Amino acid sequence: MTEAYLDIRDLSVALQHSGDRLLRRVSLAVRPGEVHALVGESGAGKSMIARAVFGILPKAVTILEGQVTIEGADLNGMSEAARRLFIGKRAAFIPQDPLTALNPSKRIADQISDRLIHILGMPKAKAHERAAALLEEVKIADPERVMRLYPHELSGGMRQRVLIAAAFAGEPRLIVADEPTTALDVTVQRQILALIAGMQARHGTALLFITHNLGVVAKLCQTASVLYAGKVVEQTSVRRLFADPRHAYTRALMAATPRYDRPEESLKPASPELMGELAREVAETDALWAKERAHG
Amino acid sequence: MSRNLLIRLGSTMVTLFGVAFIVFILVRVVPGNPIAMMLPPGASDADIALLTAHYGLDKPILTQFWIWLGRALQGDFGMSISLRQDVMSLIFGRLPATLELATLALVIAMALGGALAITAARFRGTAVETGIDLANGASLAMPDFLWGLTFILLFGVLIPVFAISGRVSPSLDLPFVTGFYLIESILRLRVDIFLDLMRHMLMPALALALPLAAVIAQLLKTSLKEAMQQDYVMLARTKGFSETRVLISEALRNAVIPTLTLAGVQFTFLIGGTVIVERLFSYEGLGNMAIDAVINRDLPLIQGIVLVFALIFVVINLIVDLSYALLNPRLRHG
Repeated sequence: MTEAYLDIRDLSVALQHSGDRLLRRVSLAVRPGEVHALVGESGAGKSMIARAVFGILPKAVTILEGQVTIEGADLNGMSEAARRLFIGKRAAFIPQDPLTALNPSKRIADQISDRLIHILGMPKAKAHERAAALLEEVKIADPERVMRLYPHELSGGMRQRVLIAAAFAGEPRLIVADEPTTALDVTVQRQILALIAGMQARHGTALLFITHNLGVVAKLCQTASVLYAGKVVEQTSVRRLFADPRHAYTRALMAATPRYDRPEESLKPASPELMGELAREVAETDALWAKERAHG
Repeated sequence: MSRNLLIRLGSTMVTLFGVAFIVFILVRVVPGNPIAMMLPPGASDADIALLTAHYGLDKPILTQFWIWLGRALQGDFGMSISLRQDVMSLIFGRLPATLELATLALVIAMALGGALAITAARFRGTAVETGIDLANGASLAMPDFLWGLTFILLFGVLIPVFAISGRVSPSLDLPFVTGFYLIESILRLRVDIFLDLMRHMLMPALALALPLAAVIAQLLKTSLKEAMQQDYVMLARTKGFSETRVLISEALRNAVIPTLTLAGVQFTFLIGGTVIVERLFSYEGLGNMAIDAVINRDLPLIQGIVLVFALIFVVINLIVDLSYALLNPRLRHG
C-alpha cells in the first residue's frame, strides 16, 4: 500500500464558545492519484474537513486535537503564512458555487494565472499560455477571448469549468472538490463530473471528492468515507460500500437516493429507530471522548 | 451612451438654472441691500434712487433675473458691486486656490480613510479595530471648523510649526503664470515654494479631511469585512495568498464601489466646508470671497460664486458616476 498524500488523523474541531464538536476524531487518507469520496448529509461536517485541510476554518471554530499531514508534513504545526504557501503550492480547491467563487471585478485570465505567477513563480507569459491551455482542456471554446471576460459574462457551467481549469493549472498533487456540481443544472452536472473524472485521470491528481450524491461516488471514486454528525461511520472501498454497506446510516443513505426505475422504493426517509440509534451512537462517542479527556 | 450623455447634460442645465433662479430671488428678498452699504449714512433719497436705478435694482425681480440670465448666457456675469471688477475674472482668480485646497483635503481623506479601513479590516475583531472605530467616532463628532480651530491652537500657537493664515508667505517671489500654485510648484520643481504652500495648506486641508476620512474609513471597513466573507476570498486563501494580499487584491476593489458613491456626496460637503475653513485660516480662496460678498450684499458676486459651487457639485457627481462604471465591470457595457 502506497503512503497517503493527504493524511488526516483523529481530527476534532469544535465551536469556540459552546465547545460543541463539529468533527469527532475524523481520520481519512487519500493516496496519490486516488479519488476518495467524502459522503454525508448537509451539516455532517464535510465542508469543515475541506476547510481544515486548507487551514481556513471559520474564526469561531478551533481545532481540539489531531493532525493534517500533506507529504508527511504536519500542517497544524506551521504558522498561518507558511501553511498557506505550503498548501497553495501542492493542493487546490474546487468550490461548490461557481456563481460566487469568482471575483466579480477580475478578468478570468487573472483568476487562473494568479496562483501560477505569485505562488508558483511562473513568468507571466508562460502563466498566460498555461491558462489558455487549461481552458482549452476544460473544453471552453476560444480561450483567448474568454480570458479577457469577467465572471458575469459567463454561464454557471462555464464558470465551474474556469474554476476547474484554475484548480488544475498549477499541477497540484491534491485537489479537494466541495460538491462541485450541486449548484448546477442536472445536464450540466453530468458534463462537469465527466470533465473532473477525465482531468483527474490525465493529471494523476489525488482527489478528495465531497458529495451527498451516492451515484457520483459509484461513478467517480475508489474509496469512500461516510460522515454522520462529524464522525466517520464507515470507511471502505467504493466497491465494498455498495456491495455490503456495514453501517445502518450508509444503508439509509442509499435507500434515500432517488431511483426513477423503482420510484416506490426510493426517497424513503430515515426511520425514527435509525435516528434514535444514530443519536445514541454520537452520544456514546462524546461520552467516551469526555472520559478520555478527563483522564488527560 | 451619447443619449445618456445628452440627458445628463440636460439635467445639469436644469440644475444650474434652478440654483441660479433660487439664489437670485433669495438674495434680493432677504433684508439688507447693497446700495445702503455703498453710500455714506445720511445720503439723500434722490441719491439712493439714482444708484438703485444705476444697478437696475429698481426693476421687478423677475425682470432683473431675465436681464441677468441673458447676459450670463453670453458669458457676462456682471460687475462686482463692492470690488468693481468683472465677477468671472474675480472668481477665476480665486477658484484655483479653493480647488487645490479641496483636492488636497480629498487626497488626505482618501489616503487616511483607506489606510485606516484596510488596517481595521486586516485586524478585525482585535483591539486595533476597536481603536480605529473610536478614532473615527471622534473625528466624526467634530465639524471641520472645530478641527481647524484646534489645529490653529495646537500647531499654530502652542507648537508653531504651521502657518495659521494665508496661502503662501508674502515674502516669496512667485514665478507662476496660473493660480494653481501647488501644481506649478511641483511642475517647476520649486521645493521651497512647495514646502511653504504645504506649511499653509496642510492644517486647513486636514481640518476639512478628517470628517470625510472617518466616513470613508467606517464605510470601507464595513464593505471590506463583508467582502472578506465571500467565496472568492476563501478560494484565494486556498491558493496560498496571505491574508493581507487577499484583502488588497481580492476584497478591496469590490469593497470600494459602495464607498465611492457616498464619498462623492461627502466630498461636496467638504467643498461647502471650504467656505468657513478658508475664512478661519484667512486662505484666499473662493469660500473666503463668498463670505465677503455676503457681508457686502454684493449680489452679482454672490450669484456667480454660488453658480460656480453648483457647477463643481454637478461635475463631482458626474465623475463619481463615471468611476463607478469604471470600477464595476458589470456596469460597463450597459
